[in-house]
Amino acid sequence: MSDILINHVYKRFAVPGNEVVALKDINLDIASGEFICLLGPSGCGKSTLLNAIAGFSHPTEGSITVGGRPVVDPGPDRGMVFQEYALFPWMTVFKNVRFGLEVKGVANDVADARVRELLDMLGLSEFGERFPKDLSGGMRQRVAIARVLALDSPVLLMDEPFGALDALTRRSLQDELLKIWARLGKTIVFVTHSIEEAIYLADRIVVLTYRPGTLKRDIRVEMPRPRDAASPEFNTLKRELSRLVSEEQQRHEAAERAGLTTD
Amino acid sequence: MRRNTWLAALQGAVVPLVLLAIWQAASSSGLVNAKILPSPVAVAVRWWAYLAPAEPYDPANGGYVAWLFSGELIMDAMGSLYRVVMGFLVGAVLALPMGLAMGASRAAFRWLNPLVEVLRPIPPIAYIPLSILWFGLGNPPAIFLISLGAFFPVLVNTIAGVRQVDGIYLRAARNLGAGPLTIFRRVMLPAATPYILSGVRIGIGTAFIVVIVSEMIAVNNGLGFRILEAREYFWSDKIIAGMLTIGLLGLAIDSGVTRINNHLLRWHRGLEH
Ligand SMILES: Nc1ncnc2c1ncn2[C@@H]1O[C@H](COP(=O)(O)OP(=O)(O)OP(=O)(O)O)[C@@H](O)[C@H]1O
Ligand SMILES: [Mg+2]
Repeated sequence: MSDILINHVYKRFAVPGNEVVALKDINLDIASGEFICLLGPSGCGKSTLLNAIAGFSHPTEGSITVGGRPVVDPGPDRGMVFQEYALFPWMTVFKNVRFGLEVKGVANDVADARVRELLDMLGLSEFGERFPKDLSGGMRQRVAIARVLALDSPVLLMDEPFGALDALTRRSLQDELLKIWARLGKTIVFVTHSIEEAIYLADRIVVLTYRPGTLKRDIRVEMPRPRDAASPEFNTLKRELSRLVSEEQQRHEAAERAGLTTD
Repeated sequence: MRRNTWLAALQGAVVPLVLLAIWQAASSSGLVNAKILPSPVAVAVRWWAYLAPAEPYDPANGGYVAWLFSGELIMDAMGSLYRVVMGFLVGAVLALPMGLAMGASRAAFRWLNPLVEVLRPIPPIAYIPLSILWFGLGNPPAIFLISLGAFFPVLVNTIAGVRQVDGIYLRAARNLGAGPLTIFRRVMLPAATPYILSGVRIGIGTAFIVVIVSEMIAVNNGLGFRILEAREYFWSDKIIAGMLTIGLLGLAIDSGVTRINNHLLRWHRGLEH
């Protein structure tokens, strides 16, 4: 069971002389094998929610369970892919991908074979002995994906993983991710502020409001994949989401003008 | 490319050669007293005499290689090098775990940092009287002083190195299932190596300064001792020859350390291999 249950989750941050309500009464059930996108303008609490699922920070109130177990710590059952890749620069690509297996205590030859298989799957076979500094952004993110896939976790958490990539690289990684998802049947929680990306990828798109972060809309995307960005359904949905997101974006900008934030 | 490096080498040699020529001209013309400033040729001759084996080759006294390295200069340089290496190792072996602990644990930092802050500004040279009182003369006080000189740069850089480790690596490691010990060994330690190695380099530089001073005071061989001894006999040519040797040895140590660093940090963004 790898469903994620988010129950009345609040997250408040103390800031000098005030407090920021980053998440307010979030309730969300994510089914096993679902691909869900969290969408919203900067500062609406997407990362806060994802970090709470990952176990990096605890909700001020409420509870989160993953696969029936309450989240207390970060753990390899919820692999995380960061926007900044977070590859270990002192390890080669091969060693980076192998790290999680070593920690688990997987036998050497089994681990090596598994790493080779993953590198192959992500088109990285040639790059095993390189250090991350010698790779392009797209390649680095492939390595980061291979690294969490090695954990074989039922849940993948991705925080704007393709946000720093150019459009073409981004598209090819999106396709790759969809293939992996279809093949391995993972539950994916994917944070983005790109509406197109959300529609292209998700089974379900959750739009958050800006401060406090609440659920604004929960939309199921029924279009068959691969989705065509030029199709009428795609564009209808895109207009709808643009309207929702830009309402929140305006609230963000108003807060900025009022000097309430520097997000 | 090739041509450019040659040109650069040639260009770099111009100023020293001109200075050397002026120096030689000043000495040859009798403008300066040779006792105060001997000519470059005299220095070179003396340097050679200092370097060459004192006795003629005699198989009865050991192998050819041993004979080749039996000159006074070689013996002095080996003595100085030995003290630098031993002193540095003692200092670094103590500083590294302490720095790691102080960088990783707030409690360790709170307990130890005040003491470090008080002791650190005392130059190792200021420990000379105490070190002689405690250890007498010879290698022990010298190694004590050198280890002090190496200790603080390695300590301070190790603390800084551990503290600057980017939180994102720690989060990634925890997410991948690593426990505290694995994180320390496989994430914090390697992430801190650029800082630690720059501490090592500064520490070796300090050790090299301290070795010369301590030899002038507590030891009766080594390069530092030799140039002070030469002053007593007014051998200014030998003083300069000894100084040049010190410079060359320092350069050799530093470029060796740099090469090791470059290898260890070949993953690091800032370096091209
Ligand atoms: N440690 C913190 N201390 C104080 N406020 C915080 C902290 N972390 C986040 N916040 C605030 O909580 C809100 C949500 O932040 P969060 O990082 O989750 O936004 P986001 O939706 O991920 O934005 P972005 O798209 O820019 O990544 C923001 O208003 C932010 O200023
Ligand atoms: Mg974010």
